[in-house]
Amino acid sequence: MLERLVRMLVKEFIQVLRNPRMRAVLFVMPVAQVIIIGYAVSTDVRHVPMAVYDLDRTPASRDLISWFEGSGCFDVVRRIASEAEIREVLDTGEAKAVLRLNRGFAETLAGAGSARAQFLLDGSDSNTASVALSYAANLSADFNRSILAQRFSRTAGVRLEAEPVGLVSRAWFNANLDSRHYFVPGVLAMLVAVITVILSSMSIVREREIGTMEQIMVTPIGRLEFILGKTIPFAVIGFVDVALIALITVFWFRVPMLGFPPILFLGTALYLLSTLGVGLFISTVSATQQQAMMTAFFFMLPAFMLSGFVYPIANMPLVVQALTYLNPLRYYLVIIRGVFLKGLGLQVLWPQMLALTLLGSAMLLLAAGRFRKTMS
Amino acid sequence: MSLPSAGTSAVTLRDLERKFGEFVAVNRISLEVRQGEIFGFLGPNGAGKSTTIRMLCGLLEPTGGQGTVAGLDIRTQREEIKRHIGYMSQKFSLYDDLTVEENIDFFSGIYSVPRARKEARKAWVLDMANLQDHRRTRTGLLPAGWKQRLSLGCALLHEPRMLFLDEPTSGVDPLTRRAFWDLIYRMASEGVTVFVTTHYMEEAEYCDRLALIYRGELVALGTPAEMKDSLMADQVLCVTTDRSHEALGVAAAVAGVRDAALFGRDIHLMTGDAEALAPRLRRTLEEAGFQVGTVARITPSLEDVFVSLIEARDRAEGAQKEFKV
Repeated sequence: MLERLVRMLVKEFIQVLRNPRMRAVLFVMPVAQVIIIGYAVSTDVRHVPMAVYDLDRTPASRDLISWFEGSGCFDVVRRIASEAEIREVLDTGEAKAVLRLNRGFAETLAGAGSARAQFLLDGSDSNTASVALSYAANLSADFNRSILAQRFSRTAGVRLEAEPVGLVSRAWFNANLDSRHYFVPGVLAMLVAVITVILSSMSIVREREIGTMEQIMVTPIGRLEFILGKTIPFAVIGFVDVALIALITVFWFRVPMLGFPPILFLGTALYLLSTLGVGLFISTVSATQQQAMMTAFFFMLPAFMLSGFVYPIANMPLVVQALTYLNPLRYYLVIIRGVFLKGLGLQVLWPQMLALTLLGSAMLLLAAGRFRKTMS
Repeated sequence: MSLPSAGTSAVTLRDLERKFGEFVAVNRISLEVRQGEIFGFLGPNGAGKSTTIRMLCGLLEPTGGQGTVAGLDIRTQREEIKRHIGYMSQKFSLYDDLTVEENIDFFSGIYSVPRARKEARKAWVLDMANLQDHRRTRTGLLPAGWKQRLSLGCALLHEPRMLFLDEPTSGVDPLTRRAFWDLIYRMASEGVTVFVTTHYMEEAEYCDRLALIYRGELVALGTPAEMKDSLMADQVLCVTTDRSHEALGVAAAVAGVRDAALFGRDIHLMTGDAEALAPRLRRTLEEAGFQVGTVARITPSLEDVFVSLIEARDRAEGAQKEFKV
């Protein structure tokens, strides 16, 4: 029994690791991808290109413009001289926002009225637009406060008292709200899923396609031995990849690792049960490798979308939220972020661990049950 | 119904049947294979050869009938059967990306060859397949004939008493095929029962006994000699003339000739009674101005036998269909 399993493992490892291209796909590609994605995936909005349409041309209008520029959130890329140009810069994407100050801005500001500044946004990228908008709102509030302060000190000779309510906010676990801290551990979950699901979904169907399956089926090898022989190597590869990516996350991207790393690996082991179970299941129901590849793809796309990796689960319709409970990625993301950013341990993460264990065993049993040593 | 005692038979089949939906791939086949013989299973492509062999090896479940292999039931003891047989499919099915030695080690482990025997068995396979100098070669790089030998070796690692070969020589050249058959003889001489499917007629001649299967049914069973002597409804007359091509039409028109065909420079005639036809044929041809050499009855080849059996079966089925309409 043990000998047959060992032989299976040796064979699988030779087959996976002998091919140099395969080695690159398994160990170089994830590393390269996490680095590239780590730099690319960021929802932080900085240096929004902005055009300025200043009809007032007074010290006051220039003050407001330089207030925006000085914040680092906006870069003035163009000064516009006509109405038509507003459309042009937004159409071409040269600027994502336009700040328009009408004639009389300074006059109104100096008088009693409230001076109007128009802020136009390219809303086609709604994420960037809403972030830019909140920056602009904050900037104008700050600007108001500084003007009021000046007026008070000039007219009354007293300093402006504190605002009635001053909100002092501080984000825990990610003090700078650095989206990289949030995303890079998520990329880990994604890459490991891609590698293990695709590898295992190819495994059995590949042998069927090249004809070796028939030869294996006339040997006395047991179903369990065969399934384990097909699972363990990919689990090991998954672990190596998790370790590699975790090292890059911590030492390259400086994402804090506050928790106890073995918790991460325990979570990974349980997560791999599910991804390998899904992969093997796909492999037992597919007739060709191409079919398996497509099926794996159609599993993974919704798995990513509905995991909370990008879109918050709490915002989804209830039916879809219910579906996400079947998604292993959902639990693994909580574990990863918990271990990296919050330093959580088993006392908090056990429900996720339990869910992964149940999901994973169910998928693996289903796959093993589908696998027969006979042809249909 | 009890099965015949399996002590002396390597394989016994009774009314074995396999349907795929409505399609009957194997239609109630009964036969027996004796210990130690080379049993040929012949038939055109799609006749049901592979389906039968897969049922015998435990790869497919029969939908009807009974059978034993090495005394074990093919319905209930499939896993047990797998320990006692060797199987080689028509498709090369070792791992191309493993070396010769790695393939041997893999199958040796899967078949649980005892540790003490492993080295000896590996040496035996390398020697038998003549691959001692290529043990570290990737299997995928070997020529087709060498791969076949290695496949055979891997199927024999656990020293089975029964060997199933499903079209083992399809796609290899005649010399390699001949060499492969030398190996099969060697196995048989060591007491291994060989069950081989083929559609090559010259391979059929090498077998001890043959079964002809056509459209899932057993059409004939016997030794090659028996088949040629007794199973052929027609006799074959061989005629040599000076202008065979032109003479063919004249000969075909002679009463009592069922079929006429050119074989090289000779004419082969199928007839119910060669003795009576010979003088009549010679006279007719000479009167038509041909120089006639010999007119002699010859032993039909296996190919003649099978073609005539299958055509007879087709005619019978055709008649049946017409009758039904």
